[in-house]
Amino acid sequence: MDFTEDQIQRYSRHILLQDVGVEGQEKISNGKVLIIGAGGLGAPVALYLAAAGVGTIGIIDGDVVDLSNLQRQIIHFTPDVHKSKVLSAKEKINQLNPDVKVITYHQLLTASNALEIIKEYDFVVDGTDNFPVKFLINDACVMAKKPFSHGGILRFDGQTITVVPGTACYRCVFHAPPPPNAVPTCSQAGVLGAIAGMLGTIQAAEALKYLTGVGDLLTNRLLTFNAKTMEFRTIKVKQHTSCQVCGTHPTLTELVDYEQATCEIKQK
Amino acid sequence: MSTIQLNGKSHEIETPISLLELLRQNKVEQPEMVSIQVNGEFVSRENFESTLIQPNDEVDFLFFMGGGSSC
Repeated sequence: MDFTEDQIQRYSRHILLQDVGVEGQEKISNGKVLIIGAGGLGAPVALYLAAAGVGTIGIIDGDVVDLSNLQRQIIHFTPDVHKSKVLSAKEKINQLNPDVKVITYHQLLTASNALEIIKEYDFVVDGTDNFPVKFLINDACVMAKKPFSHGGILRFDGQTITVVPGTACYRCVFHAPPPPNAVPTCSQAGVLGAIAGMLGTIQAAEALKYLTGVGDLLTNRLLTFNAKTMEFRTIKVKQHTSCQVCGTHPTLTELVDYEQATCEIKQK
Repeated sequence: MSTIQLNGKSHEIETPISLLELLRQNKVEQPEMVSIQVNGEFVSRENFESTLIQPNDEVDFLFFMGGGSSC
């Protein structure tokens, strides 16, 4: 890939990095990343990956922008209220960096479309807020041998782990979705808006590390932080040989749609 | 009293104590909200009551966290 003068200038701060350089920027520019959910986490992920020049960004979200989203979903602006989130996100990405090809999916991720969509990408970012979809993303990525970043936020807390084939998966840590409504979502319990940025930018950095091969990914470690104390911890976790999906004898070999928590999904 | 490491911090408790009781003492009302590691090994939820914590054990509560978009 030959960069134009403008591109060399645009990506100069990456190219200057010894670990990245022109070669690393080429990997980023050839990279394809799928962002699932264009909300609190997906917004900063999409903006940073677009700024970085990721060649293809896929965004899947079935929702439209709501006024209550703007407190943290920084890719959506006030005039975007009622617009589909994927369209709103695409417009900002195009303005930020016309080098990026954006593919939008204005739909929900389900057991029947997940593998088909994921297979087109190099890396997947989970920016969803509900557990049935989080487990679906985990299972689909494990089955398709796709690396992905899990992210979760609630109130003042965040957690993230990167899963690549052969490392502990989300199911190794959390086993199965909690009963519907046992765990509140952001729209029920609230969230400090900036937490979404803290966590989302970590996920974006992991995606860029994966594409460039720089550094050590956040694998086999769950990173958690609390913004009230501003303490960060990484907790070592292990791949389970008995894990239902990534273990030695997986019992889960087909994707399933778990019962959706009745809570917040579409009560607007 | 004995010392354990709970979520990376020293914690004084009466041992032995079951994981379920430790959850209660830490105001975790719903055990289904949490995944627990003791000394780096996961304990399945049905064993929360029968698993007894010993002095110097390292216990981590890993909470379910959603967040993001209701995609």
